[in-house]
This record gives sequence, structure tokens and C-alpha cells, in this order.
Amino acid sequence: MDLATFLIQCLNSLQYGLLLFLVASGLTLIFGIMGVINLAHGSFYMIGAYMAYALAPFVASTLGGGFFATLTLGLVLAVLLGYVLEWAFFSFLYGREHLQQVLMTYGLILVFEELRSILVGDDVHGVPPPAWLAGAIPLGELMTYPVYRLFISAVCLSVALLMWFVLTRTRLGMKIRAGATNREMVQSLGVDIKLLYRIVFAAGVALAVLAGMVAAPVSSVYPGMGNQVLIICFVVVVIGGIGSIRGALLAALLIGFTETFGTVLFPHAAGVLVYVLMALILLWKPDGLFRAG
Amino acid sequence: MAASRIVPVLLATLALALWPLAAGSYGIDFVTKTMIYAVLALSLELLVGTTGLVCFGQAALFGLAGYAVVQLSPADAPASLFWLLPASMAVAAAYALFMGALSLRTRGVYFIMVTLAFAQMAYYVVHDTPLGGGTDGIYLALKPVAEIGSTVLLDLGEPLALYYFVLGALALVFVFLALLLRSPFGRALAGIRINEQRMRATGFSTYPYKLAAFVISGAIAGLGGFLFAVKDGYVNPELLSWHISGSVLVMIILGGIGHLRGAVLGAFAFALLQEFFKSEALFGDFAKHWLLGLGLTIIVSVALLPRGLIGIGALLTNRLRRRVEGTL
Amino acid sequence: MSAPRAGLHPTRPPGGEAGPVAEPHVPETDVLLRASKVTRRFGGVIAVNGVSLELRRGTVHAVIGTNGAGKSTLINILSGELDASGGSVELRGTDITRWSQPQRARAGIGRSYQRTTIFPVFTVLENCRLAAQAGYQRPWAWWTDAAACHVCVPAARDAVARAGLAELQDRPAGTLSHGQRRQLEIAMCLATGPEVLLLDEPLAGMGAEETERMLALLNELKAGHAIALVEHDMDAVFRIADRITVMVNGAVLASDTPQAVQANAEVQAAYLGGSE
Repeated sequence: MDLATFLIQCLNSLQYGLLLFLVASGLTLIFGIMGVINLAHGSFYMIGAYMAYALAPFVASTLGGGFFATLTLGLVLAVLLGYVLEWAFFSFLYGREHLQQVLMTYGLILVFEELRSILVGDDVHGVPPPAWLAGAIPLGELMTYPVYRLFISAVCLSVALLMWFVLTRTRLGMKIRAGATNREMVQSLGVDIKLLYRIVFAAGVALAVLAGMVAAPVSSVYPGMGNQVLIICFVVVVIGGIGSIRGALLAALLIGFTETFGTVLFPHAAGVLVYVLMALILLWKPDGLFRAG
Repeated sequence: MAASRIVPVLLATLALALWPLAAGSYGIDFVTKTMIYAVLALSLELLVGTTGLVCFGQAALFGLAGYAVVQLSPADAPASLFWLLPASMAVAAAYALFMGALSLRTRGVYFIMVTLAFAQMAYYVVHDTPLGGGTDGIYLALKPVAEIGSTVLLDLGEPLALYYFVLGALALVFVFLALLLRSPFGRALAGIRINEQRMRATGFSTYPYKLAAFVISGAIAGLGGFLFAVKDGYVNPELLSWHISGSVLVMIILGGIGHLRGAVLGAFAFALLQEFFKSEALFGDFAKHWLLGLGLTIIVSVALLPRGLIGIGALLTNRLRRRVEGTL
Repeated sequence: MSAPRAGLHPTRPPGGEAGPVAEPHVPETDVLLRASKVTRRFGGVIAVNGVSLELRRGTVHAVIGTNGAGKSTLINILSGELDASGGSVELRGTDITRWSQPQRARAGIGRSYQRTTIFPVFTVLENCRLAAQAGYQRPWAWWTDAAACHVCVPAARDAVARAGLAELQDRPAGTLSHGQRRQLEIAMCLATGPEVLLLDEPLAGMGAEETERMLALLNELKAGHAIALVEHDMDAVFRIADRITVMVNGAVLASDTPQAVQANAEVQAAYLGGSE
């Protein structure tokens, strides 16, 4: 492998890992704070991707906007969706046994998949990146690297920084972090727990939707994408430690590199490598790399 | 088991034994498939209902045994049931040993996620490596037979023979688990489910017990996989999909967790629900979106009927008994 | 896995101490459990600091201290739930510091918990039968009926009777009152035939009558066992303990007869004085 190819794979790993982190952070937050395991989290990613595909023409014709307008609209819709879903469905899952949460959110996946099928169909779609991001930058003498992929990494990094800022520097973030380590304590301190939960849930949904929207031009939009990303996110959370954002970032990057380089170096074993990694880490640290916080 | 429980079970077995007389070939095929799912559900009931280990990877054990059946069968002559059946169960049990040994290092939610991940690992093994046949799956050329010398006792290629073989297997698994659950091992598993800490403080090393439960459960799931591969003569990676794992979990919660009859009842209820939602006679063109109805049913039934159909039965008999006692 | 322990019906005579007067020289064979300079660290916090303790057959050794003094952590280390960061634990002379909790339980250390850990859906008898099964595990005998076990069932009936729960033995444990549950917790300990009993606040949440019953039971059990008792009820402690260890901030402040501890000025300053 020459230097340019190596560099490309590194950038790909980074991009994939950061995207995974975006989705996984929502999952780990929701579980860490509300104690709800949400199998349908991957569906939000899928919804994001389909929104990028379906909203773009609508936004272009009625609002005259481009890519960022679509993103913004998508995010607004995501927050609304998260808010309503939490109120109408997820609030009934708090305190239930894990098995019940697993099955109810599994049923939700089926509902989401079929609704998508009814509304938008089952076809695979490509989503073009915005023109000004569609170019490529030169890497070395022969290779180039798509600008859009760098954009994805930039977006994910910015969101990660924003998350870090909110969680460590704001009152809201403090409450969230407290909730992740000790739910009952936060409640007894008089924090409006219902509102906190709703905000966290909506944020989790928004993160997954944003990831889907931003990833759409690169990954295309297809029916099984939500389930695929969900299981990898589970691996991220298991490796990183439930409730830990830091752990999710480290684990997501680890998986990003493993899967990207694995596909290049061992094409037949690529799908399995991530799970082998998980098995090895489980042997060493059954509770994940980090604790919540 | 009390008489009030044995009688319905015996009646149900009798009904299943007599079913082929009344049903056509579609009916026989449907019930054969459902009985196989019942075996799978029973395997999961041992893990979830008895030991309290919510495993989301049962499909891997089911599917790997199915693949073993096809890969181990010679292409030119039917294999002997006598070695193929234990061999495919052993393959499932071996993967269960691997999966369990690592997954049991985790607890709670981690355990659920890890079992799902290990099942996905098996999925990728059959999907991507030469051990499987890729997305298209592989076909079983000749179905196994039970023969001694040159006399064929049982040809599993015959639908009726297969039906009774599956019924026999289901009955045997049911009886085996019923005995296991009341044995010292089974009681220890129940204790682990209710309060593992107390079991450890009393002197039970709980990890070996849980691992043994995992392997036994895997072997039974493997039996289901063997039967499924023999029935359809075809396996593909979707057998290891987490949709199957999810469906089996739905079956046992639908029927009623903590009861063996619940697992069997749940398998039949689930199969009937699927047929209902897929029915074009009822839903016309919308029938292709049958997963929507199924998903909604799952949500509603888990939310409103946490003890499953057996729970309803118990509720009704309690009301009846109270009314009867009240009037005496 | 092993033959039923001989200790299921302890009949040994009481130990060398006739009353709460410490003898300067006690035969070593009477020391059943010995903790030597046991330490436990959690990150930067030292929860248990160099604690040494001896449990002798026929005595009740109470461990008292304010909340957070490290008492429960100490019990957890003795029972094997937590690893010691330093120091050692010996059972009848054998070093068991690296042994797991189930191993120690099978070797004769019984433990009860502050928060009741019974099996609510099982009957009282089944609770004890399952506990007794720990000493007579036969996991391979899948065809046998556990409820008919000729070793576990008598041991369970005996434990239930000793704890005074004989009339309730067929009731689901979840229907018992709080005091009865605490009794069942002790019964479950006894069903395994232990020689050492580690009891974490057995009197917690009990009314006067239930406390009397429990103290009478503990007095009865004294004869064949070495009992460690973590308690906050000072009256009960001074009535029943032969030896008291006072812990403050993870370390031992004093370890002596009840009278000596009561008279100890440091202890009075740090702990006794009416409040906890």
C-alpha cells in the first residue's frame, strides 16, 4: 500500500468513524440517561437519509434553498419527531424491563420500515452532493480525495465539539451528565426530569437524522441502512461503555479504522472483523472501555 | 405439573397428531413449519424465561445448524439421520459455547447487544466466506434418512414422515425441558434469574450454570435448524438474521414468558398473526406491507399483555374461580 | 458436586469463652475466620484501612461504626464479593484471600444482606431448599425432582424450624412481613450448614418483638458458629456481642469486650453518645 492509498484509507476511516460516533452518541445518551434501549435508533438514521433524498426537490422548488436549507429543515423535523415520539411512545418505556423495551422498539422498527415503504417506496436512491462540495482535492501525484467526505468529517467534528461544549460548559449539560451517572439523584434535586428527557431524546434523534442526511450522498439511500448502522452502533456502545460519550468516540474511531482497513486488507473477513475486535475487548474489559460520563 | 396443566398439553398433542387427517398439503406444511418454530421458541424460553438471559442472537444457532446440514450432507446419497442430526446440533452447541463464554462476561443491556452482535458475526461468516454460499444460499440435494442396513425406516423427504418426526421432536424437547426445569439444575437456573447475588452468596458458581444453559439452548435451537433445513431443502443467510431472533423473542413473550406451553402457544400465535397480516383476501394490495400490522401488534401486545396469552388464561381462570368460590 | 457437609447439624460444644470476659490465651483452633490487615481502595479513597479481625466459634463479634466507616465493605471482603487491595483472609488456617464468593460459601461462610435477598416467588421452604442445594449440587441429574432431594429438603426443614418459620414454610416468601423475611434470610444462611455467619444488619427495620425473636435466635446459633454482626442497634449489640470492633473511616478504632469499648474514651468521643 503506497502512501497516498494509506492516507485515503485513513481519511475514510476517520469519516466513517466520526459518522458512527454521531449516531452512537445519541444511542448511548438515550440509554445512559433514560435507561431505554432503543432498537429503532437506526431507523432515525434511515429517516435522515430518506429525508435528504425526498426533501431536496421540495426545498428547492418552494423555498428556493439548497443543501443547507434541506439540512436545516430536516433537523427541525427531526427535533419535532423526537419530541412527539418521546411524548407519545418512549415515555411509556421508562422503567420497563429491558426485554419489553427491546421488543417494543423492535416493533417500532417494523412500523418505520413499512411507513417508509408506503410513503417513499423501496428503491435505492442516490443523492447528489451540493455542487460546491462535489469536487476533489489532489493527494500526492495520482490520487484525489472527494471534498464531500472531508465535509462529512468536518460536520461530525463540529457537532462533537458542540456536544462537548454543551455537556461540559452549560447548565443543561451538567444536568445531562448528572442524569447519566445517577438518575434518581437528579430527580430528587428537583430538575424537571420530563423536560430533560424530552430534550435528550430529541437531541439523540436529531444526531442520528443529521448523520443520515449528511451521509446520504456517500452511502446512497436504501432500505436496510438503518438496521445495518444500528448493530454497528451497538458494538460501539459495548466497546465504549454505556453512557460514555468519550468511549463512543474512541470506539467509533476504532471501528472505523478496523472496518475500513479490514475491507482493503482482508476482503472476505471484512464483515467479521469488527465483531472479532468486540470479542477481544470483551475478554479484556467486559464493561467497556469507559464508565458513563 | 398439575393435572389442570397436563390435560391441555395432552389434548394439544393429540390435536397435532390428528391434524394431517383434516388438513391438505398446505396445512401440513404450515404446521410443520410452526412446530419447528416452537422448538426454537422453547430453546429461547430456557434462556430468557428460566435463566433470565435475554439473548438476541438465537437465529445464529438456528441458522448455523441449518448450514451444517447442507454442508455436511454428501452430494450423491442421502445422509444418515443418525449422525447428521447430532452433528448439526453439535455445530450449534459449539457456537453457543463460544458466544456464551464471551457474552456472559457482560450483564444487562450489554448482554442483549453482545448476543445480537455475535449473531451478526455468524451472519457475515455465512454471507461472505466460503463456509456459506453467499446471498443466494445453498441447496440440500438429498434429504437425510434413517436407515438400518438397507431398510429405510424414515425418509424425511416425505412431508408426512417429516411432520410426525417434527411432532415427535417437539414433544421430546418439551418433556426434556419440563424435567430439566424441575431438576436441581433447573431450579438453580431459576434462582439465578431471580437473584444471582443470593445464589453466589449461597455457594453456587453461577457462570458455569449460565454457560451450560446457553449451550443446551443452542443445541435445541440447532435441532430446530436441522429440521428447518431438512424441510425446505434450502438455507440462506436470512436464517441468521436478527429478524428471526426478534421474532422468536416475540413468540415467547406473546405466549407468556416463564411457561413452556407459552413458548409453543406463542409460536402458533405468531405464525397465525403472520398469515393474517399477509392475507390478500383481507387486506388486498396492502398485504405486502404486513410488517406494519405485525409491528403494531408487537407493540400493543407487549405493552398491554406483558404476561402473554397464558397470562390472559390465568386471569380468566382466577376470575372464574373467585366467582365460583363466591357463590358456594 | 460434594457430599453433604458434616456441619449441617453442628453439635460441637461452645468455645473456650464462658461469657463476655476475654481470655488472654485462646486456643488457635477456635479461630475460624481471621482477617489480617485487610485494605480496600476505590481509586483514591481508602474504604477499609488495615483492619484485622478474628472470628471465634461460639462468639458473636459485632462491628459497629458510623455510616461510611467501611463496615459493609469489610463484610463484602470477608464474604468474597469484593477483592481486598491488601491484607489476607484465612478460614481455619487456609488462605482464602483469592477465593471467589461461591467458593467461600461452599467452604462454610454464610452471609446475610442488609437489603433482603430472598426469592419472593418461591415458598419459604423452597428458599431454604435451594440454599441447601448449594452444598449438594448435582446439576447432571436432569431427570430427578429437586423437590424430592433427600439431602436438601431435611436440611431446609431444619433451617426453617430453627428460624421459627415452620408454620409459614409453604407460603410464598413474598407474602411474609419484613421481620419474617429477615428471619428467612438467616434461615437461608443456615440451610447451607455454615460455620461462619456474616450478618449485615439483621435487625434493620424490625420492631421490638421481632428484634427479641431475632436476638434469641442469634443466641441459640452462637453455640456452633462464629458470628460477625454489623449493626446499628446499640442495645442489641451490647446485649449479644462477646467482642466489639469499632470502625472509623475504614480503620479500627478499638476492638475489645463490650465493657472495655463502652469505657473507651476515644470511642465515646467518636461514636457512642446516643446518636449514630
